[in-house]
Amino acid sequence: MTEHDFAVIGGGLVGSAIAWGLAGAGKRVALLDEGDVAFRASRGNFALVWVQSKGLGMPEYARWTRASSDAWAGFAQELREETGIDVAHQRPGGFSLALSEDELVRRDTMLKRLHNQSDLPYEIMDRTRLQKMLPDIGPEVVGGAYCPLDGHANSPRLLRALHTALKQRGVAYLPEHGVDRIEHRGGVFVVHSGTRTVEAPRIVLTAGNGNRKLGEMVGLDVPVRPQRGQIVITEKAAPFLNYPVVTIRQTDEGGVMMGDSLEEAGFDDRIGLGVVGTIAERAVRMFPLLGSLNVVRTWAALRVMTQDGFPIYEESRSHPGAFVATCHSGVTLAAAHAKLLAPLIAADGLTDDFTAFSAKRFHVSSAA
Amino acid sequence: MFHRLPDLADAALVTLTIDSEVITARPSDTVAAALLAAGHAACRETAVSSTPRGPYCLMGVCFDCLVTIDGVGNRQGCLVRVREGMHVETQRGKRVAGR
Amino acid sequence: MSETCDLAIIGAGPAGMAAAATAARLGLDTVVLDEQPSPGGQIYRAITETPVRQGTIFGDDYWRGLDLARAFANSGARYLPNSTVFSVDSRLEIGVSSGGKARLLQARHVIVATGAQERPMPIPGWTLPGVLTAGAAQILLKSAGLAPSGRTVLAGSGPLLWLLAAQLQRAGGTLSAILDTTPRMTFGVDMLSFLASPYLSKGRALMRETKQQIAPIDRVTGLRAEGDSRLRRVSFTDRSGVADHIECDTLLLHQGVVPNANLAMSIGCTHRWDDAQLCFVPTLDTWGHSDVAGVSIAGDGAGIAGAESAAERGRLAALDAACRLGRIDQATRDREAETPRRVLTKYGRGRAFLDRIFRPIDAHRIPAGDTLACRCEEVSAAQITEAVRIGGTGPNQLKAYLRCGMGPCQGRLCGLTVTELIAQARGKTPAEIGHYRLRPPVKPITVAELASLPRSEAEANAVARQ
Repeated sequence: MTEHDFAVIGGGLVGSAIAWGLAGAGKRVALLDEGDVAFRASRGNFALVWVQSKGLGMPEYARWTRASSDAWAGFAQELREETGIDVAHQRPGGFSLALSEDELVRRDTMLKRLHNQSDLPYEIMDRTRLQKMLPDIGPEVVGGAYCPLDGHANSPRLLRALHTALKQRGVAYLPEHGVDRIEHRGGVFVVHSGTRTVEAPRIVLTAGNGNRKLGEMVGLDVPVRPQRGQIVITEKAAPFLNYPVVTIRQTDEGGVMMGDSLEEAGFDDRIGLGVVGTIAERAVRMFPLLGSLNVVRTWAALRVMTQDGFPIYEESRSHPGAFVATCHSGVTLAAAHAKLLAPLIAADGLTDDFTAFSAKRFHVSSAA
Repeated sequence: MFHRLPDLADAALVTLTIDSEVITARPSDTVAAALLAAGHAACRETAVSSTPRGPYCLMGVCFDCLVTIDGVGNRQGCLVRVREGMHVETQRGKRVAGR
Repeated sequence: MSETCDLAIIGAGPAGMAAAATAARLGLDTVVLDEQPSPGGQIYRAITETPVRQGTIFGDDYWRGLDLARAFANSGARYLPNSTVFSVDSRLEIGVSSGGKARLLQARHVIVATGAQERPMPIPGWTLPGVLTAGAAQILLKSAGLAPSGRTVLAGSGPLLWLLAAQLQRAGGTLSAILDTTPRMTFGVDMLSFLASPYLSKGRALMRETKQQIAPIDRVTGLRAEGDSRLRRVSFTDRSGVADHIECDTLLLHQGVVPNANLAMSIGCTHRWDDAQLCFVPTLDTWGHSDVAGVSIAGDGAGIAGAESAAERGRLAALDAACRLGRIDQATRDREAETPRRVLTKYGRGRAFLDRIFRPIDAHRIPAGDTLACRCEEVSAAQITEAVRIGGTGPNQLKAYLRCGMGPCQGRLCGLTVTELIAQARGKTPAEIGHYRLRPPVKPITVAELASLPRSEAEANAVARQ
């Protein structure tokens, strides 16, 4: 018998949430992670718990996102009770703002389709209505879309809360354990990290963009690629923004985050002034009072992107017991991963509901 | 507490205000130097815990001498020279966006 | 369109001024960007405009800066004071903020001459108003003719402590106490080299001068600044282990200086831990060129060596830049480098000895309990230790956990402390732990300034949504 029931590979938000859930289901878990310097979307995300733009083209994903959004408050409360750490989850509803009629029409069209597909609640607001909820919008804002299900949290604190809870739940968190090889021997996975090994009958790959390589070792096709996003944050300001906007939000600590970009830049996670400058420019047009705040940091991080932007959840056919969980919405989906996905993986494995998330969808002939 | 040396080059002093207090300073002073010369060891309460802080390094590194200068918050007092008629305000907690 | 130049020098201290004068003489279109309103850096602060008439209080070494400043002023180099560099990218495009406006400057070569900053001294109470660095007191003296009045205590160790004590005394000030935290001196072979150092006689003279007026309390440990909303007293443990305290209005702390490395780190220049100087220093060739093409580092930012060496390192970097940019050939560069290298050798003697005897004690570098490591985000030593316990391995993961290093100073006042705290908690070396990853802007600029920067169509399109 191995020391662990599960080896979860990747200690970011996805892996930590799943490890937390597995431990909650009574499993003995080892969580392998890289070290201090790694590509970590968990440290670079925008911290939205977001519903309004998710899942057009895949109703299962829209449903999954909404389930996570619904589970988030309870998840946050459980973490608070367990660790004393408040991850500042709020669900006041969120906005996307348009700086032109054209932008507004396109947003409306997209949301209308999502509404028709998945019954998404949303509302298009004109300037006058917007101003009642967002009094500081600039004159260029022509309108916006509001979805009452949207919210946000403090994602770095979520990482700390999860890691604190993992310690309490007896999970063996193993940082500086980058994985270079996985073997499957007699029903046991042997995970190699340098000269060290961790053995477990079941494994979950949650290594973000690292899942592509790890997947190959256990017969899983994980076609993910890095997509760069850049973010700007200001010094702490007194609260003035009561709702998250898809590209602007004020953290519970006071800093205003502005995002983000979508760039195909491989594994280059450097920032560029032209991009962060554009982000700042759009933000100031939306909220002119941001202009005088000082920027204290910028950063770039790499999203974990599939071709269609939707997650992959799958168990290997050739290596039963090897699962992959990968997505670019580790914050939004944290509650679902912890409370819904992990118990399934801990029990009998993924149910038929997850068939849609299989990477096989990328190989279906378009001529069919 | 800081005091001026007795033998300094002649200079036409400038007048500025710190909150409601009117003070004079030498034109080559930074705001942080003028604050210390006027007996203010503290210039703000922090944005995190509202505890008092004052100028610490005077060379632009520590960001503890943050003050509101002519309506603009969180400026480094040690990097800005005084000007005639300048309004300096000490800060309480987080800066207010838009000023 | 951004402005252009051959050589951009960042910082107008001894290294920057000397580099500029050399480069301009060799015909390079040279720009010097400096955050301060007048040249000199911190060591020669206000050298061209100090209001203090009795110049002797600063000593001859200070006035030597005037020659550098004059040579710089007459060199033809473009000088941009009040200009804060917030970014340099790998293409050598420089982001500059001045008067609330940001702009870009395209250089063909960059010399980072950002000098030194005080080493953090995270003792309990170090954030209380009334606690300043010794360097701060010296800056006030030079630039504003201000000296501490009331009860003043100077605490810590290192040559600057004695220099400041002497300067304050010459200025007519009195110190309530000097609390010398230098541990008991032990002899080593490095001392032989120090016997030939120009700093030996200067240091001795300063200590003798200071001690005529005040007897320092030596081998002090356990420093604490105490008070409620401001400093009231400093407590400490004397050499015999007895606890004591002194009521005071101003406490000036100093335990050496370290490279002001944020800009160089943000450019991507590799830094390594220097166990003798207890700080990160850049990896450079003998000309000061870093591992980023076109970026050199000169002065104390290249490793602490003092003002005289800084100027020579500035000259070497400028000669090398001129050679790389095709202004002079290698033979000329090497010939012109002979004098600077000779002077460097002279002032380099005994550095190892100084680093060793003035090595700040662990307790004043690696705090414990409630003592703040990160002043900006108010993160305590105990929180950092706890974060290591839950699995934090290094400073970047701790940023995420605790926000340490994420405030406006961007880790300048906590970077070394956090690295050493993690190293201690994990039983590793600081070299294994590493430093915060730094990103531009390395100095805050407003959102409006950032928004005003030019961009390409591709960059603009990367942000367009919906």
